[in-house]
Amino acid sequence: MLETYIPIFVVIAGGIVFGIVMVKLNEWLGPRRPTDEKLSTYESGMEPVRTARERFSVKFYMVAVLFILFDIEVVFLYPWAVAFKELGVAGYITMTVFIVILLIGLFYVWRKGALEWD
Amino acid sequence: MDLYIIVFYLFALITLASAAIVVISKNIVYSAFALLFTFFGVAGLYVLLMADFIAVTQLLIYVGGILVLLLFGVMLTTKVIRVDMRTATVRTFPAVVIVAALAGTLIGIFWSTDWPQSPASDGFERTIPQIGEMLLTSYLLPFEIASVVLLVALIGAAMIARRERKAL
Amino acid sequence: MDNVYLVSVVKFVMYVAIVLISVILIGWLERRISAFMQNRTGPNRVGPFGLLQILIDVVKLLLKEDIVPKSANKRIHDLAPIISIAVALSTFAVVPFGNTIEMFGSEVKLMIADVNVGILYMLSITSLGVYGLTLAGWASNNKYSLLGGLRSSAQMISYELSMGLSIIGVLMVSGTLRLDQIVLHQTSYLGGWLPAWNIFLQPVAFITFAVAAFAETNRLPFDLPEAEPELVAGYHTEYTGLKFGLFMLAEYSNVITASAVIVTLFLGGWHLPYAEYLGLSPFGLSILQILTFCVKVALVILFFIVVRWTIPRFRYDQLMNLGWKVMLPVAIANVLVTGLVLLVI
Repeated sequence: MLETYIPIFVVIAGGIVFGIVMVKLNEWLGPRRPTDEKLSTYESGMEPVRTARERFSVKFYMVAVLFILFDIEVVFLYPWAVAFKELGVAGYITMTVFIVILLIGLFYVWRKGALEWD
Repeated sequence: MDLYIIVFYLFALITLASAAIVVISKNIVYSAFALLFTFFGVAGLYVLLMADFIAVTQLLIYVGGILVLLLFGVMLTTKVIRVDMRTATVRTFPAVVIVAALAGTLIGIFWSTDWPQSPASDGFERTIPQIGEMLLTSYLLPFEIASVVLLVALIGAAMIARRERKAL
Repeated sequence: MDNVYLVSVVKFVMYVAIVLISVILIGWLERRISAFMQNRTGPNRVGPFGLLQILIDVVKLLLKEDIVPKSANKRIHDLAPIISIAVALSTFAVVPFGNTIEMFGSEVKLMIADVNVGILYMLSITSLGVYGLTLAGWASNNKYSLLGGLRSSAQMISYELSMGLSIIGVLMVSGTLRLDQIVLHQTSYLGGWLPAWNIFLQPVAFITFAVAAFAETNRLPFDLPEAEPELVAGYHTEYTGLKFGLFMLAEYSNVITASAVIVTLFLGGWHLPYAEYLGLSPFGLSILQILTFCVKVALVILFFIVVRWTIPRFRYDQLMNLGWKVMLPVAIANVLVTGLVLLVI
């Protein structure tokens, strides 16, 4: 029951605490001698040009969109995979239909060039 | 179940507090980032409801996918820092009416619903295979339609990219 | 009730200690092996054979100034390494490092958390790891960092798909999400002699999973988020001191977890073939199995290291092509073929 999840909560909390302690320990132990040069953005020794928060390629956005769509598909596959033996041939056929419909989508996106990256 | 209550309020607090930051924060990146904790808190609540598969799905799809998309969207916008997130208040009266009606409906539903006081199931053991069996038998049609919906979304995504190969 | 807390806290503290010691060992091993492969000597001064080099490095990092650039976002800059390390340390929780063991008169399962969703927990927490890198890149307000962070998130989500799909093949064979059950399923023998490890039952899934694991841990040949020639140090360019150290620690503990998961899913976990015929006491057998698990994980980690110093880095478009045009279709085909084969048998 719920008890099986207690270790999970403990582990996640423990990981966060470990991270915070380490960061704070470093802040506390390390020296603090800020200079203007030291605090400027590193750009291979050049004077930083404008800010880094510029617009970037829409391709990254595309990858995220495609990821969500296929991720939903994969999530649907998990319960089926676990119950594969019980569901048998009928389950396999319905799942094949499901996957093939999405493969058509993948193929379409591919042909449209949305997977090209250059 | 003393522990149960404590953990529940902890997750509820995480969810609500971070959701409040999402709405209130003037920095749009903070808003997107706070949403991470909102989703995480909701996942924790799902675990308390013995819906562990839903909790994992919540993390996999919302945190792992949709929030990345949101962050990309936020970062794609130029000069996110200087965008003033406040908007002028116009048409106060219709807004108040609509909000009051919506809030009234929600509170009405909230009061009239008979909330189950305990998890619907008392164990995790067979939930995931059960979901699989239900999906492919009782809910077969919605399930297959979901794939068509996903296909439509894929085609839409390809249209956004709008980069037809010239040689073809 | 209190017992559960205490046990899990103890287990977690032990786990962190083990990770830290292993990181020291792996870091040393990596530097020695890379030195050997490049005809150098490598660290050999601190401690016997230079073993304590990484420990000294950590102490050094601890005493370094924590520099946050003026134009950076201090809060998120601090938070990013914390997210990275918290995620890296919590993923291991569901991996069984041995069968049950008799301790204080009761059977104890040798894993930190025995949850129903098992491997999915690991996947979902891994997907949180994207944020450490992306936010580090964004908060630094440095062009190299931002590009590194973006690349890492696009890369990690792309390979997460192949990873999830290769796991499905394993799930179909074993019919459970619990990692301890998946290992138990691999303890039988095919045809009476070949251990029924999933690497033999699911070879394609093994390959796609291993490749995806390399990409998820941002190790060479997929270390584009920190590709030195183009991005200086990628997402952690603006990090100093132990905050930088935490990113390194997270990377190494991710390597440990990835190796442990590969071993658990595909290489039989703690199963040592034919060990059950040795006639050992249950306790001795448990110890032997834990050792087997450690040796297997160490070998996979060694593989990670050797690959890093052997194979050149991918170009970003090649990486994305591999992820979407090769790995994804192959992983989907593997699921369909596995289903067909399972139905025919």
